[in-house]
Amino acid sequence: MGKILMKGNEAIGEAGIRAGCLNYFAYPITPQSEVAEYLSHRMPEVGGVFLQGESEVAVGYMIFGAAACGARVFTTSSSPGVSLMSEAISYIAGAQCPAVFVNIMRGGPGLGGILPSQADYFQATKGGGHGDYRLLVMAPASVQEAVEMVMTAFPLAEKYRNPVMILGDGLIGQMMEPVEFPEHLKSEPSNKDDWATNGMDTRKSKKRNLVKSLFLDPVKLNENNLILKEKYERMKREEIRFEPYNTDSDYKILIVSYGTMSRVCKTAVDNLKAEGIDVGMIRPQTLFPFPEDAVFRAASKKSCRMALSIEMSMGQMVEDVERCVHGRCPVKWYGKCGGEVPTPEEIMDVVRSYL
Amino acid sequence: MGKTFKRPEALAEQDSHYCPGCTHGVAHRLVAEVIDELGIRGRTVGIAPVGCAVLAYNYFTFDFQEAAHGRAPAMATGIKRVRPDLVVFTYQGDGDLASIGMGEIIHAANRGEKFTTIFINNAVYGMTGGQMAPTTMPGQRTTTSPFGRDVKDVGMPIKVSELLSALITPAYIVRQSVIKPKYIVKAKKAIKTAFEYQLERRCFSFVELVSTCPTNWGLTPVEAVKWAEETLIPYYPLGEFKTPGQAEGGFDAK
Repeated sequence: MGKILMKGNEAIGEAGIRAGCLNYFAYPITPQSEVAEYLSHRMPEVGGVFLQGESEVAVGYMIFGAAACGARVFTTSSSPGVSLMSEAISYIAGAQCPAVFVNIMRGGPGLGGILPSQADYFQATKGGGHGDYRLLVMAPASVQEAVEMVMTAFPLAEKYRNPVMILGDGLIGQMMEPVEFPEHLKSEPSNKDDWATNGMDTRKSKKRNLVKSLFLDPVKLNENNLILKEKYERMKREEIRFEPYNTDSDYKILIVSYGTMSRVCKTAVDNLKAEGIDVGMIRPQTLFPFPEDAVFRAASKKSCRMALSIEMSMGQMVEDVERCVHGRCPVKWYGKCGGEVPTPEEIMDVVRSYL
Repeated sequence: MGKTFKRPEALAEQDSHYCPGCTHGVAHRLVAEVIDELGIRGRTVGIAPVGCAVLAYNYFTFDFQEAAHGRAPAMATGIKRVRPDLVVFTYQGDGDLASIGMGEIIHAANRGEKFTTIFINNAVYGMTGGQMAPTTMPGQRTTTSPFGRDVKDVGMPIKVSELLSALITPAYIVRQSVIKPKYIVKAKKAIKTAFEYQLERRCFSFVELVSTCPTNWGLTPVEAVKWAEETLIPYYPLGEFKTPGQAEGGFDAK
């Protein structure tokens, strides 16, 4: 199959289907409503399930119910909606069920705005809901990458029996780009009969399954949290993904940037290179697990005098960059968070101001 | 002579955590008997609420999920939409269903989701220690209405069966009680009918059961039955409020 021109939101919906996920529940919210609009006609075509829930709260639990009985399921939303789903996400993580959540971020806090933002970094990577849990978080920088990440997300969610979040922004959702869809994924979660409440007859078993997150015995609750922790540690060993850019050069400044913002930064890096200024860049593709070692090594390079976290937020990822740089060099932040995307010229000026 | 009364296969051999005089046990048993009689244990998934019945899964012998407070109908929707062949029921109390979960139950009912809800109405929050519920009676003392429910301040108790019956979408909505044998017989029939409608993929089915909570009412089990019969049942009348056949613009069974 060749490349086709598609809007990010529609491509994300199609990617779900290509990943073999025929179950989608959602609630409309700008700037991602096109996913639901697209799947409202596409799911019936492929014999799948489409349902518009009454709220993001309810949708979160529709996802939980479906995931708990072993179905591959996903939803898409945007920042305020993800806040409402965060309760369910905590329960899903606690009960160890696989599910995929896509957040096409818009500016906050509160109703904020409807334009692109990256202000849900903390919510996605540090919690959002209550309790000790993590999501595997992937951040696409193009429509093509959004498609690939959505398709990778399902097997990863099943591998870890943990929710996976695709953290895009309004630009990724609204932009049209050429995309090529990888082959259909056919894999089913192989171990689901061990835990899913899919009916004893379905799995020809006399043993019933329970999906729950309540452990009144403190020792057992601690044990459950240790199981979760071990999964998150395994993610750190096996799932870190990042793209280094111009890191072979003798850069004085290292940019760390992800998603839409990283594309602008790349242009700035190219333009500065043309001026004879080398800037290195690390683009985290997974935000949790964060490419800790890559950032540490890049910041430890002899020529490197400073690391610069550039994000469409008031400084969230910068805390992870500081943590990973381990004091090897100063860490600064630059960003905007109202819906404006900083231009390459702005980034170039910021870099020049530190030289 | 053979055994005429035995533990249903769907009910676990397990002592319960419910208080003396609590009628959850009766409701559990009726659900288990119906599941046995319909032969559906192997394809049934129950959903436990938050509240006293959160541990209901310890007393049944089939698949169970545990919901967040009030969200059981959304979870049941998720299961039923992706696995229409499974038999799904939610088991919810009045705080769970009529307060925090009101949105979920109304929309599930209005979509005509093909699952069954068993709604235990005992006019009080149980697990959290006897606070006022949306179904608490006028003047009823609870730990958060120590002077009695003041209806001028917090409104009248919600009649959930009547409220859901106002929806136009076809449904089976019934209220019975489990406080005395004469009511229990009818409650069992209502539960069985509700599951049968689900098996026919006909409509949403809802069984409200007027129940007791002697501990949080501050009454003995015998006094609790008397209070429920004299105070709750007159306000929460028993009977069928809606059957799918009666509904205007009824939908064909799918």
